[in-house]
Amino acid sequence: MYAGRGGRRALTIAVFLLPTIVGFVLFSLTPILRSLYLSFTSWDILQPAEWVGTENYRQLLTSDEFWRVMGNTAEYIVLYIPLMLVSSLAVASLLNRRFRGVLVYKVLFFLPVLTSWVAGSLIWRWILNYKYGIVNALLGFVGIKGPAWLDDRLWAMPGIVLASVWKDVGFFGLIFLGAIKGINTDYYEAAAIDGATPWQRFRHITLPLVSPTTFFVLVTSIINSFQVFAQVMIMTDAGPAGATQVIIERIYRYAFQFYKMGYASALSWILFAMIFIVTYVQWQFQKRWVTYDA
Amino acid sequence: MRRAIVALRTVSFYLVISAVAFGMILPFLWMISTSLKEHEAVMILPIRWIPERVSFQSYRDIFSISTMVPFHRAALNSLLVSIMATFVTLASTSMAAFAFAKLDFRNRDRLFLVFLATMMVPGAVTMIPNYLVLRSLRLLNTFTGLVLPSIYNAWALFLLRQNIKAIPEAYFEAVLVDGGTAFTMYRHIVLPLAKPILATLGVLTFMGTWNDYLWPLIVLSDPSKMTLTLALNNLNARWGEHWEMLMAGNLVSMVPIIIVYLAAQKYFETGITVGGLKA
Repeated sequence: MYAGRGGRRALTIAVFLLPTIVGFVLFSLTPILRSLYLSFTSWDILQPAEWVGTENYRQLLTSDEFWRVMGNTAEYIVLYIPLMLVSSLAVASLLNRRFRGVLVYKVLFFLPVLTSWVAGSLIWRWILNYKYGIVNALLGFVGIKGPAWLDDRLWAMPGIVLASVWKDVGFFGLIFLGAIKGINTDYYEAAAIDGATPWQRFRHITLPLVSPTTFFVLVTSIINSFQVFAQVMIMTDAGPAGATQVIIERIYRYAFQFYKMGYASALSWILFAMIFIVTYVQWQFQKRWVTYDA
Repeated sequence: MRRAIVALRTVSFYLVISAVAFGMILPFLWMISTSLKEHEAVMILPIRWIPERVSFQSYRDIFSISTMVPFHRAALNSLLVSIMATFVTLASTSMAAFAFAKLDFRNRDRLFLVFLATMMVPGAVTMIPNYLVLRSLRLLNTFTGLVLPSIYNAWALFLLRQNIKAIPEAYFEAVLVDGGTAFTMYRHIVLPLAKPILATLGVLTFMGTWNDYLWPLIVLSDPSKMTLTLALNNLNARWGEHWEMLMAGNLVSMVPIIIVYLAAQKYFETGITVGGLKA
């Protein structure tokens, strides 16, 4: 209503929308359609693309590699999500009180969030070094012989999970902190009068009342977990023996190292489908555990 | 007695939170310690936290070894790219957000919904065609190509539109009465009043670009154009056992973003509380 009238009006609106519309067409709409088309072709970027129908999808879904990658991703999610949820709730609970130096502690917890995934992964490649790393040195201190971590098929993924939890806990911790601060203190006072222990207050007040945030964190972090990349590239280079191959890493290699553009595109659509389904299912189940009215 | 219990509680609280915080920064302390060692002193058992002889050789090396990108070059590249991406994102999305929030046009809300829907599509889907677009525009291996996709950002658009919508109509009506146009409104009302959210979005975009890895890895191949994450990646590939250099490079790559954070801490925190920030 503020854009004037007639031709001038159309021109004004066009000017404001132009960069975003150009960007949308060039870097979102056309790419989505093109990627869908490419996923049904075989294309090495040099020769013209050749239509192969659903062949890429068939090949993907029947390859051992694909299911290994799915297994690795599932392992990451199963280890990462509970660890991350518990530790970021713990960090939020620790920071949720007034005390001298709270800002300093916030900065300390937030440092890994500021660090790039590349830098964070390099640090962890070093501290998980089986011989000279501090993790095994600390374990040795309490009499445990640490595993070979990133060089061991069994321990490489847990190593990557440790690095990821360390990197993300400050971020999700601050999100939880915001939610906890939003809880009406009357609940806690009433519970204290009734003689509830701190754990009971946490279990029966905090936990249900932050559940919308927990839901948000869960959805976001699972979407992110499907797209783990830098940790794997830097820490293990997808090894040992494929034990940490993950979806984005495979897409990157197929597209930009083996130049199998069609195959890589098909994998990216399978990723999209999986994220969509998992998110949809979570959405359906939220009624069972998320408390929206308090 | 009561006071003693309170004091004991405070002490134990500080002990717990300090222990946790110490655990969080332990990797950084080890990074700093390693970066200050001579190469021969890095792999020695039992591990030493305080270097026997403090050496800055690793820092000299990452700025001067001729077979790799010098780190000051990579840092300048990162700075340039991050500033460009931040500017492009803010300029493009604030204009469109204003149109979607305050101007009327046909199918406005439907178009906005389409934009929102694209947020669901993971970056991996558009990554390959985006690379191909840059290839046909001959923009591969350029900073322009690297930041060009930033002109479209559905998430930023959504965030800004919500905030601009909240600006009272009276401001815009006043501009109309004074004979101003939509451009006057954008320049003199939207930009000043949306400053906090623009700043929030700005620091987040800056940090995201500074720390980005996959997209530059695909777009930039010329060593002299590499950003810090790519320089670190290269250092890791070629000098993977020179931990003192890797850790020095890490520290150098972190310092600027920590400075930005300390200077703009409150905007980072709003960024997190407005929710949905892309990790």
